[in-house]
Amino acid sequence: MLEVRDLRVYYRTLKGHVQAVDGVSFSILPRETLGIAGESGCGKSTLANALVLLKPPMEYIGGKVFLGKDELPIADYDAMRRFRYRRISLIPQYAMDALNPTRKLGRIFRDLVMDLGIPFDGDLKRKLRERLEFVNLPQTVLRMYPFELSGGMRQRVVMVQASLLDPEVMFADEITSALDVSTQKAVVIMLQGFVREGFVGSLAFITHDLSVLYQIADRVLVMYAGKVAEILPCEKLIGGCRHPYTKLLLSSLPKVGLRHTEHPLVGIPGQPPALLSPPKGCRFRERCPEAFERCTEEPPLLEVGPGHLVACWGETGDA
Amino acid sequence: MGRYLGRKFFIYSLTFIFAVTINWLIPRFMPGDPIMVLISRFAGLPEATKVIHSYLTKAFQLDLPIWRQYLNFWKALLRGDLGISIYLYPKPVMEAIAEAIPYTLVVLLPAILVSWILGNGIGAIAARRRRLDSTLLPLFYILTATPYLWLGILLAWGLGVVLRAFPIAGAYGFSLQPELSLRFILDFLHHWILPFLSLCLVMLGGWAIGMRNMIIYELEANYSRYLESLGASQRLIRRYAFRNAVLPQVTGLALQLGTIVAGQVTTEVVFSYPGIGYLLLQGILNQDYFLIQGCFLFIVIGVLLANFFVDLAYVFIDPRVRYAYSGGR
Amino acid sequence: MSGGREILYFALRNNKLRVGVGFVLFFLILALVGPYIARYDPLDYVGPGYHPPSREYWLGTNTFGQDIFSQFVHGLRSSFLVGLLGGGIATLIGLLVGFFAGYMGGFVDELLMMFTNILIVIPTLALLIIIAAYLPYRGVLIQSVIIGFTAWPWTARAVRAQTLSLRAREFVDLARISAVPTWRIILYEIAPNMLSYVFMVFILQFGGAILAAVGLDFIGLGPTRGISLGLMLQYAVLWNAVHLGMWWWIVPPGLAITLIVGGLYLTNVGLDEAFNPRLREK
Ligand SMILES: Nc1ncnc2c1ncn2[C@@H]1O[C@H](COP(=O)(O)OP(=O)(O)OP(=O)(O)O)[C@@H](O)[C@H]1O
Ligand SMILES: [Mg+2]
Repeated sequence: MLEVRDLRVYYRTLKGHVQAVDGVSFSILPRETLGIAGESGCGKSTLANALVLLKPPMEYIGGKVFLGKDELPIADYDAMRRFRYRRISLIPQYAMDALNPTRKLGRIFRDLVMDLGIPFDGDLKRKLRERLEFVNLPQTVLRMYPFELSGGMRQRVVMVQASLLDPEVMFADEITSALDVSTQKAVVIMLQGFVREGFVGSLAFITHDLSVLYQIADRVLVMYAGKVAEILPCEKLIGGCRHPYTKLLLSSLPKVGLRHTEHPLVGIPGQPPALLSPPKGCRFRERCPEAFERCTEEPPLLEVGPGHLVACWGETGDA
Repeated sequence: MGRYLGRKFFIYSLTFIFAVTINWLIPRFMPGDPIMVLISRFAGLPEATKVIHSYLTKAFQLDLPIWRQYLNFWKALLRGDLGISIYLYPKPVMEAIAEAIPYTLVVLLPAILVSWILGNGIGAIAARRRRLDSTLLPLFYILTATPYLWLGILLAWGLGVVLRAFPIAGAYGFSLQPELSLRFILDFLHHWILPFLSLCLVMLGGWAIGMRNMIIYELEANYSRYLESLGASQRLIRRYAFRNAVLPQVTGLALQLGTIVAGQVTTEVVFSYPGIGYLLLQGILNQDYFLIQGCFLFIVIGVLLANFFVDLAYVFIDPRVRYAYSGGR
Repeated sequence: MSGGREILYFALRNNKLRVGVGFVLFFLILALVGPYIARYDPLDYVGPGYHPPSREYWLGTNTFGQDIFSQFVHGLRSSFLVGLLGGGIATLIGLLVGFFAGYMGGFVDELLMMFTNILIVIPTLALLIIIAAYLPYRGVLIQSVIIGFTAWPWTARAVRAQTLSLRAREFVDLARISAVPTWRIILYEIAPNMLSYVFMVFILQFGGAILAAVGLDFIGLGPTRGISLGLMLQYAVLWNAVHLGMWWWIVPPGLAITLIVGGLYLTNVGLDEAFNPRLREK
């Protein structure tokens, strides 16, 4: 189980700090799939990357992260090495070219595992074969170079690689975005299988597409401009969401059942704020139809129901 | 793979034809009537009348239609007939070149090999350490900017004249004849070192810069970042980056060949080293056009062959090329 | 900060750029001013031979008693001239060929690239030699033109690649859809995007032309009249300056070339870092 408390990770740039992840708190329970949603540029990838590999230009500003009983030293590059891959893993947004183009895949698997000081023995090899089968890849891919596979196949290879050491938490960043609808479905089913079979302890599934989340997630975290807007159980998403942003996100979907991957947010007028110097208070307020004076102050994250948190002044009853 | 090499071979054949055509064209169409210059230069040599009749008329055949002249030029060439040298009269150009080639290769090939290996190694180390990088990089830039010939002159002056450590002219001492004796070999090596060094050092700078930049580029590639995300050691990441960075350096070898050849020619001139470059100089100083043309042709052939070998090597070391042209396996 | 100001900010703070431009400017000024302060004509026999540097002859004299400082500054001039002309011509031809090939695509592209690839393989010096050897009279101008006409192929290849990638970008498509004439697309959309790149190519060609000219001069294909840095080195070697230890004859020309060309390379890298944010971090 993963617990993140008030995490702040900024990008250091010449013009100042880009506040890409600014006071984010959430937890992922064992065997759970948490969906993380939000517009492009709201800090989803930054969040995932920071938890796995925090290096310049990212800068750790504050917050704590716990994985099981241990505190994750995310700001300490070397101390984190113990946790990466073995206990917390990542399928990156660029999964389709995350593999060294001039090594055969079998070699890539072996090199990495041996580099971590883990013997690449019969057990692990068997596991590798099983997992390849699980994601519908033939064993022969191990003797191929990455460029011999299609983008989708490469992505599945990365899925296998990321989960090979049975991490407690795995982040899957936008892995369905570049796929067609039927392949999306297959990948989602595979990932559900990963959790069910215990390949990964729990899964954080990042996307900007709420309709995909609806299929896979147990709970949903909605991010807006580097902050948490709402966390809610998935079944409450439709009909039970409270944050104006979540509502707008949902209403901008054409219809449940109809998939909608391109420009899902055309329905929300305005642009998200620049994270270089975001406005004080609620960052959504300029686009929010329900905004009022209080929104110039930072909204608290309130629990409005079991497992349901909302960061909105509208929930305080002062409106 | 066959297709890839076939395509390259096609281009190289065209290049060869192009070079031969230039060779044929230039003396005929340059201002100043070089053919007349040539004939008048032969006139002063012994038995000249015979040569002019037997060879020059055959070589130029100015009375024949242009296309016949061109065709005959090719025929002569394919028989290995490049004309007769004036400077080395009556030695055929082919023979003179055949004698010079070993001297050129014996300096050129080791210099390329050693500088390539050392340069890549040093460049890779520089890419790893900031400190080292900031001191070495300017040095590399100065080295690549140095004209080969000037470094040769400096070495000859510093190590040859001031320190008296090395001879600075010729491939072996005047008193010796080429033979397989220890004394000759030692003397030969003694003469060989300075030309080798001046060629090697300048090239070294270029390779090191290329390698350093490529490694830094590879270390920023997505696959490096992902390896890092999965906790791989710097050793593994660097190993992958190094391997991938070496590949473009092999292509670089082919691309640099032109400049390297220029360096070889001028270096030979500096050290009076009896290779193709030195021969070429004699040809130029003596207006020995057959000799100049022959040297040109052989330089082009050498470069074409080298290119072809690099392509061949590339097919074996880069799987992407191998598969891109074989349509799967 | 706007894009231009930002680039300037980084350009002014880039050490490579500072040093590189410094070297080039130093020698450029020397080349411009030198001939006016030199006391002698570069080809006149003005003093005793073998004279080391002195108050009379600032860089000494050569075997024949010619003033080396005067030869040096005049040689610098012709080096810069060759660089400017030869590099300029090569850049221009490379630009036109590469651009045309990349923009037209199809058969034109195939043909132009075939020709380019052929010329790339033939060593420039060899080509220069065969052409220059047959010229009865050679001046700095002709030399520059020949260098320019033989050095363009790799520029054409690089420019073509750039054009292809630019052509694939949206703004060009957009212009096409809205039926903007081709020349407008080229002039207003593509050219500005390539300007910085072309400038850097020119710098490299400039250095390359200087080096090529030195090589040519050195093997006896230099200007038949006048003086150049390569000719100075050729005479120095032919007249045994090395054996005689006449360092004042052999050091200045080579050092100047090395520092000018090295300075140009550094300028190129520095500009690259200023233009390209990814390379900036330090
Ligand atoms: N290397 C960087 N330097 C500076 N700012 C960055 C950098 N990478 C990302 N950012 C900024 O951080 C913010 C969050 O980026 P992030 O990649 O986390 O977004 P995201 O939610 O993953 O978007 P997407 O859905 O498009 O992947 C963005 O505003 C982006 O501009
Ligand atoms: Mg992202």
